[in-house]
Amino acid sequence: MTKTALIVDDSSSMRQMVSFTLRNAGFTVIEGSNGQEALDKLKSVPGGKVDLIITDLNMPVMDGLTFIRSARALATQRFTPILMLTTESQEDRKAEGKAAGATGWIVKPFHPEQLLKVIQKVLPS
Amino acid sequence: MNFDMAIFHQTFFEEAADLLADLEGQLLRLEETPNDTEVLNTIFRCAHSIKGGSATFGFTDIAHFTHGLETLLDMLRNGKAHVDGTLIQILLESQDQLKALLAVARGEQGNAPDSSQLEARIQAAIAAASAPNRPQADANRQADNHPAQEETSETALSVRAWRLRLVPGPDTLRQGADPALLLSQLASECNTLKVQCDTSHLPSLAEMDAETCYLAWDAEFETELDAEQILDIFEFIADESEIVLTEQPKASLPQAARETPAKREADFVAPAEDHEAELAEPIAGPAPRMAPADPAAASAAKAETHTLRVSTDKVDKLINLVGELVINQSMLNEVVQDFTMAKLPRLIEAVAEMERASRELQERVMAVRMLPIKHAFGRFPRLVRDLASAGGKRIELKTTGEETELDKTVIEAVADPLTHLVRNSADHGLETPEARRKAGKPEVGTIALNAFHEGGNIVIEISDDGRGLDRDRIYAKALERGLLSESDPVPSDEALYNYIFHPGFSTAAKVTDLSGRGVGMDIVRQAVQALGGSISLSSTPGLGTRFRIRLPLTMAILEGLSLSVGGEVYILPLTSIVESIRPKTGDVRLIAGQMEVAQVRGEILPILRLYQVFGAEPILTDPTQALLVIVENDGRKVALLVDELIGQSQVVIKSLETNYRKVDAIAGATILGDGRVALIVDVPGLVRGILSGSNSFSLAA
Repeated sequence: MTKTALIVDDSSSMRQMVSFTLRNAGFTVIEGSNGQEALDKLKSVPGGKVDLIITDLNMPVMDGLTFIRSARALATQRFTPILMLTTESQEDRKAEGKAAGATGWIVKPFHPEQLLKVIQKVLPS
Repeated sequence: MNFDMAIFHQTFFEEAADLLADLEGQLLRLEETPNDTEVLNTIFRCAHSIKGGSATFGFTDIAHFTHGLETLLDMLRNGKAHVDGTLIQILLESQDQLKALLAVARGEQGNAPDSSQLEARIQAAIAAASAPNRPQADANRQADNHPAQEETSETALSVRAWRLRLVPGPDTLRQGADPALLLSQLASECNTLKVQCDTSHLPSLAEMDAETCYLAWDAEFETELDAEQILDIFEFIADESEIVLTEQPKASLPQAARETPAKREADFVAPAEDHEAELAEPIAGPAPRMAPADPAAASAAKAETHTLRVSTDKVDKLINLVGELVINQSMLNEVVQDFTMAKLPRLIEAVAEMERASRELQERVMAVRMLPIKHAFGRFPRLVRDLASAGGKRIELKTTGEETELDKTVIEAVADPLTHLVRNSADHGLETPEARRKAGKPEVGTIALNAFHEGGNIVIEISDDGRGLDRDRIYAKALERGLLSESDPVPSDEALYNYIFHPGFSTAAKVTDLSGRGVGMDIVRQAVQALGGSISLSSTPGLGTRFRIRLPLTMAILEGLSLSVGGEVYILPLTSIVESIRPKTGDVRLIAGQMEVAQVRGEILPILRLYQVFGAEPILTDPTQALLVIVENDGRKVALLVDELIGQSQVVIKSLETNYRKVDAIAGATILGDGRVALIVDVPGLVRGILSGSNSFSLAA
């Protein structure tokens, strides 16, 4: 069964790159351009849950931390791996993300192969 | 997997252009409301996204430049730095610099202006806002990290033996993490690995919480990874877990491999704050090195710049319609099979349905090309700001109807004429604050841009509340240029104002460096007419001037009236038609012995016999038998003599120029429903021709 990933980023080029990478790796990909949109999609996703969430932190409408908290609060997504994309390598961002419920992070810029490697850490292949 | 990042470049360029436009708008807002956190956040996000994208897609110079800018913006956002005029100037110039860097990346421009001076100013602003000890602290930290990194790379390639104790925090599973996966990843990097699960902390079944992690692991392994790389694997759970990594002396290894310094045996205990800071570097490292913007890739990207971003909403509607058409077609198939007259009503119904669906499909496909006009308006806030500060004026720009949609090509083509008009208003139309005060007007002048739909057209109005056009000076200039003579009756204000559209007609007493760019109003009018539009103006002395540009929504489809002349079908754009009449005998006269005119409701209009223009064999030559179609362009009316009117229809414009060559008095061609070709009449060209004195408009000759 193919795994479904939700990509949340306000940057369409970043979404395009991450989606492309994941589709190549066999994922079904759902995209959201901000936290609110992603949350809405998450609630109406076929099958009730996604297998992986990758989200940016800085976004309009609903930021990444709020989104992570809201997604983690959904009964279906309690154990879903959530990776955050960040260019800010400061410790406090990672800690805030973890506190909100994120599983891990990947620091931008990254190469598609690095992304896949990080995903292996949180999702059984 | 092999990735060519260049395939994402186009999206990145478009996105970056949008972000820069946003950035500019927000910076101008920031100037007005320096403490608006929402604005500051948006500005930061724009810079942040540009930085992230440029670093990811290999544009290191852009990423590098944006990094400093982002730092400064972050300080603004966190209240560590404050907005003032100098800062706004730096930020606006940075935005210009980014625009230039992006143009270089796209291959549109050879060399970007040097960033170093601007970067220095950004750094100075950062330094000014920083507490004095901060950069010092950063420098110290870097110094600390440096030797550690060297040390690890030195020993990286030797196989060493390790022991690891991993006790994940109780909430690990609730974070979505799975320690077993991390151990498998470790296994993939090891020559040998032995893992033992420690279940000693498992409570009795009754007390167990299924979501809590009670397990711990002990692993012994040999790997080429160094301590840091091993801990890197567990970085996501490092904070809440107990991780103890110990290097083991390994008897079976060759002596050379054991030469690792004895101090390496020291325990590596996580969490250790400085690890993560360092770990960011290896991840961040490779990306900027890959895919430097090589010119070939950039020009390849440029070749396919004609992309259009369409909202999924519009695409979904298209797909629905295509679905309807498919159903419709199968309905038709079914009706037509073994057709009998009894099925006629169903056939008619199905055809009508198909007609509806295909018309809607046409509309929706056209809508795909439609963009809100704010794409053209977006450049004006900055322009007006610069013009105001250069001219010592105070100007407020008001825009309304920015969401009004029109064809992408029209938007692109109308941007330059609009810019010229806005420049004109700012430079010539609006007065200095003193002059305005003396005239009893508010010191801040207003330029208003307004766009709205009217019929099948879009109207764009550019108005200012400045001094208005100088009627006397235009009159004098018209006399001077021989466009009018003293003996002529004094023209109406409106007619007089229209002289500013004549080539080389400038009334500006002095040519300023802002508007005196050799682009006259005649060029503006030509550009608008080339789009199938028209421009008019009204002006009140002391109160201001308003230009009104009327444009077709699209250049691909025309609402036309088809008519026949000498057995051929021609199309007149519906927007140019005033009315059609059949004159009575007394209404048609010859003046000056050669110019044929018709009197229509008191107006004397020149008659143009279209069969003469097109060299067709006439069927009707007597105006009282034939029809006169009154067309208008720029307020000038002409009566066209035609045989008969056929009907109104939407036609798809095919360019004659691209398929054949430019033909006078013809704007294009179209293919009729019955397969015949019909020519579309160039009404502005005809009207100009007959009124410019060459009234013997006989192209037939």
